[in-house]
Amino acid sequence: MADTPDRSVERSQGGGEVAAPRVRPYESLIPKRSPVADALAPAAGFGVTLKNFFSRTVTEQYPFEAAPVKPRFHGRHQLNRYPDGLEKCIGCELCAWACPADAIYVEASDNTPEKQMSPGERFGSVYQINYLRCIFCGLCIEACPTRALTMTNEFELAGPTREGLIFEKQDLLAPLAEGMLAAPHPMVEGTTDTEYYRGEVTGPTAAQVDWVAEQRPDDPTLAAARRRAGTTAAPATASADAPAPTGPVGREAR
Amino acid sequence: MTVTAAKPAGSGATPPPEPKPDGVTFTIDGIETTVPKGTLVIRAAEQLGIQIPRFCDHPLLAPAGACRQCLVEVWAPGRDGKVAKMPKPQASCTLTATPGMDVRTQRTSAEADKAQHGVMELLLINHPLDCPVCDKGGECPLQNQAMSNGRSQTRFVDVKRTFPKPIAVSTEILLDRERCILCQRCTRFSREIAGDPFIDLQKRGAMQQIGRFDADVLGFAGAGVDREDAASDGTLAFDDRVFLGADIPVGPAAPTVDDDRSGSPFASYFSGNTVQICPVGALTGAAYRFRARPFDLVSTPGVAEHDSSGAAIRVDHRRGVVLRRLAGEDPEVNEEWLTDKDRFAFTWQSAADRITTPLVRDRAADGTRGELHPASWAEALEVAAHGLEQARAAGGVGVLPGGRLTVEDAYAYGKFARVVLGTNDVDLRARPHSDEELAFLGHAVAGTGLGVTFRDLEAAPTVLLAGLEAEEEAGVVFLRLRKGVVAGRTRVHAVAPLASRGLERLDGTLLRAAPGTEPEVLDAIGSGELADLGAALGAAGALVLVGERLAAVPGALSAVLRLAERTGARVAWIPRRAGERGGVEAGALPTLLPGGRPVADAAARVDVAAAWDVEHLPTEPGRDTAAILAAAADGTLGGLLVGGVDVRDLPDPAAARAALAATGFVVSLEVRASEVTALADVVLPVAPPVERPGTFVSWEGRVRPFPQALTSTAMPDHRVLDALADALGVTLGLRTLAEVHADADPLTGEWDGARVAAPDVAAAEPPAVAPGHAVLASWHQLLDAGRLQDGEPFLAGTAKRPVARLSPATAAAAGVPDGALVTVATDAGSITLPAVVTDMADHVVWLPTASAGSQVRDALRAVPGDPVRVGPAAGPDATDEEVPA
Repeated sequence: MADTPDRSVERSQGGGEVAAPRVRPYESLIPKRSPVADALAPAAGFGVTLKNFFSRTVTEQYPFEAAPVKPRFHGRHQLNRYPDGLEKCIGCELCAWACPADAIYVEASDNTPEKQMSPGERFGSVYQINYLRCIFCGLCIEACPTRALTMTNEFELAGPTREGLIFEKQDLLAPLAEGMLAAPHPMVEGTTDTEYYRGEVTGPTAAQVDWVAEQRPDDPTLAAARRRAGTTAAPATASADAPAPTGPVGREAR
Repeated sequence: MTVTAAKPAGSGATPPPEPKPDGVTFTIDGIETTVPKGTLVIRAAEQLGIQIPRFCDHPLLAPAGACRQCLVEVWAPGRDGKVAKMPKPQASCTLTATPGMDVRTQRTSAEADKAQHGVMELLLINHPLDCPVCDKGGECPLQNQAMSNGRSQTRFVDVKRTFPKPIAVSTEILLDRERCILCQRCTRFSREIAGDPFIDLQKRGAMQQIGRFDADVLGFAGAGVDREDAASDGTLAFDDRVFLGADIPVGPAAPTVDDDRSGSPFASYFSGNTVQICPVGALTGAAYRFRARPFDLVSTPGVAEHDSSGAAIRVDHRRGVVLRRLAGEDPEVNEEWLTDKDRFAFTWQSAADRITTPLVRDRAADGTRGELHPASWAEALEVAAHGLEQARAAGGVGVLPGGRLTVEDAYAYGKFARVVLGTNDVDLRARPHSDEELAFLGHAVAGTGLGVTFRDLEAAPTVLLAGLEAEEEAGVVFLRLRKGVVAGRTRVHAVAPLASRGLERLDGTLLRAAPGTEPEVLDAIGSGELADLGAALGAAGALVLVGERLAAVPGALSAVLRLAERTGARVAWIPRRAGERGGVEAGALPTLLPGGRPVADAAARVDVAAAWDVEHLPTEPGRDTAAILAAAADGTLGGLLVGGVDVRDLPDPAAARAALAATGFVVSLEVRASEVTALADVVLPVAPPVERPGTFVSWEGRVRPFPQALTSTAMPDHRVLDALADALGVTLGLRTLAEVHADADPLTGEWDGARVAAPDVAAAEPPAVAPGHAVLASWHQLLDAGRLQDGEPFLAGTAKRPVARLSPATAAAAGVPDGALVTVATDAGSITLPAVVTDMADHVVWLPTASAGSQVRDALRAVPGDPVRVGPAAGPDATDEEVPA
């Protein structure tokens, strides 16, 4: 603070008019060099250039070579799934509420026994993010109570139409990993959304696979899910009042 | 606002607060205040702007002190006169202020603050952390007050108590017991306000819960019952993974919707209010559950369109879709309550059969109808104008606006008929009607302004319901009457063939009258056995409330006016439909011009003609609805202009259909495809109330304007009629709401000329009832098969089960045991319903007018008072249903 110019104002002697602030002359903060260094300074400037002749090039060959980003770069959003394939989004709209750019629109619906999309009673039936509005601030993923919404590192979000930049739910949903069973299907027997949230569900169970096999025999995820259901471990815990689960319910380290 | 000099005391709207003789002076947080004796501390604090957290407290419910959230530190003078601290914090919602009391809220007292934090922590122990999926999240008093008056961190580490969820209390109301904080607002509302105690507290301690005493839910009788079975047999116990969806059992005959006979749970017409006043998300509406969050809804105030009470509502919508309606707050009208019909029945406005473009029908040369084709407005108006011009030349055009319109629309129909069509053949009454009713409306209703009000209802010492089922026909009226009854101020009497549950809950006295004999009973009041009632009606503030049902009884309305004159009681006419009173004011009747001016009065005609800037108005009184339809059927009238009329509502739907089919040219202004549009030559789409601004006039005569909620290109009726008049070469000047009011308001003020003379019609001799016959009695249930309740299966599931009611003697004579199917028939058709033997007038059978399976006017072509045949239903079902007496 001592270096800031004194801008205090003094009343002029005659009264009435206000005097101009006293301004101290400019003093450089750069330390003064010795006269020898001053004389060599023009040549030393070439030294920087010469040094860079021999250092590694930093030019990015972006679109031909992918540009690396930091692991926590805020890119396109993704709607995640539980390990058995059910969606994590419960349609609570807290992301839409948190969004300062009003880029997110969500509509929720009831989960029914015939169409169970996420654990619990509610799922997001409509999910849109408008990437023309999104500012990638990440408040939405902080607001998400089920960690359904996260951000990927994908930043190539440009397109020729406005409509194309409004991403729908199918554009945002995480692809089914190997062994996941495509929703809708029932929850792992004997679990509630709490067990899902705690990470105690580690994959689809035989009952879920059978249900899908009965409802949608041609589902492409069935084979992998059946292999996975056959190998997963027996349940470790179950809720107190529920019948003993037969599926892969185990506490997974998070 | 105009600033005026201080008015003398008493005349201002808000007199200056001066200490009243019975005032109580005490301090809250060091602020001295004076309140009327009996004021609760929490209310006095509100008046000072001090917010004390609360859940169970509700200004319209009796104090309960159930949630303990409003604890405050209280110092009060003891017997020795010394101000001493009460040993424990007190609940301010049950504590009346006493002189010299010193109340310290959480703002000034660490003890009160600590107590409130403790209560909040205990309330939250078993409250689930499912705010993200809870419908209440975002508008939740528990959420808000946990933030303002609770700990920021939980100290609770154990497992929360959970319940299988949710329970369907009715098809419309779902209960999540684990969210409940046992504030008892819902049970107190049901008991104190609606009188339908269909849920109550059950069990004790940690398992205390709200419920219907279902054995399956409580696990008493149904201990071994499989959950799936319980869900399928209608008791609806859901386990954690079985959630509500489209498979919920619906329909008027759902087993959860029993009548009052068996003592089993029944649906309340006011159950939606419990959802609104629930301070947590324990009670939710099935139709709105998980549809939206409160923070992305846009709210627009509105006025309910389902009855003539003009209840204030709040329309919540998102992206052009109405998602829910809540009760608005209007202490003069509906306080904070609403009927379920007003609350839940709004999907009709966006039904799939909405008409979006004008439609024009081709007719063959011989008059046979072709298909309706979409057309542009310009084309359709041209075709309509041409057709109406020809029809006007061919005998005239009758106008049937229907009773559901706003006052602006009704005015436009009346003016269109008189100015453009040159006729008085305009009648908004799409229900049984009579000339006597026209005289009654002209004499006692039209142009009388704000008459009897809701406040008069709750203050009246005696109320006589003449042909009015308050609960079924005007739910808010019922609640106000019940408020007066519960407070011990009001005695209710009803002239009806039977005491409905609504009348029983009003603790009312039935003056039993078979349909057709109402004039006899009304004339007998004041003499003989009914001398006391006559005297009671003479007391100041006594009221006679007249329902639209009396229009079908010759002499009844004359008898009502005689009774009012004899006793001095004030008369109020309470029609069922929202637009009827407004239509009467706007002159959409064959004998009335706007503002109650009689058509027959030359001065009135000159008045209106001058205002409308026309040479003269038609002098002949017009035809009423029945006569218009009859004239259209026999070709006397060349065409019809029909508004929002459901053919099934008309006194004789079959004749109306024939008339519409026979008429040369029919123009229909409709929101949705209907039986009228199916026969119309030109269909012009109009906007439903949510897509337009307008005004209803409630039965009180209160003007209830409402704004447009949704953005829409649909046009209201008055604008369509203005365009149609333009196409006919007449400038009506009713294009915008402002133009309508500029045109109509000078006419709808007080008319100081001669009024229509009171009707004096002699009562008809009651028809002799032949053996095997009975007199038909009938009225509409609140929830029935009406078109304005379409698309709402959850609401339909709470409708009362349609039954036929007979007296024991009538049932015995007809050979119908209680519970068996009874067939009520005329030459036109028959209706078969389960019989319920009721204490009621003999030789009378009661049917719901328009419920599922009981379309009385359509099936029987009969109106109340007509003789019908009564007998056991043919076929084996009759004995299957038999229940031993």
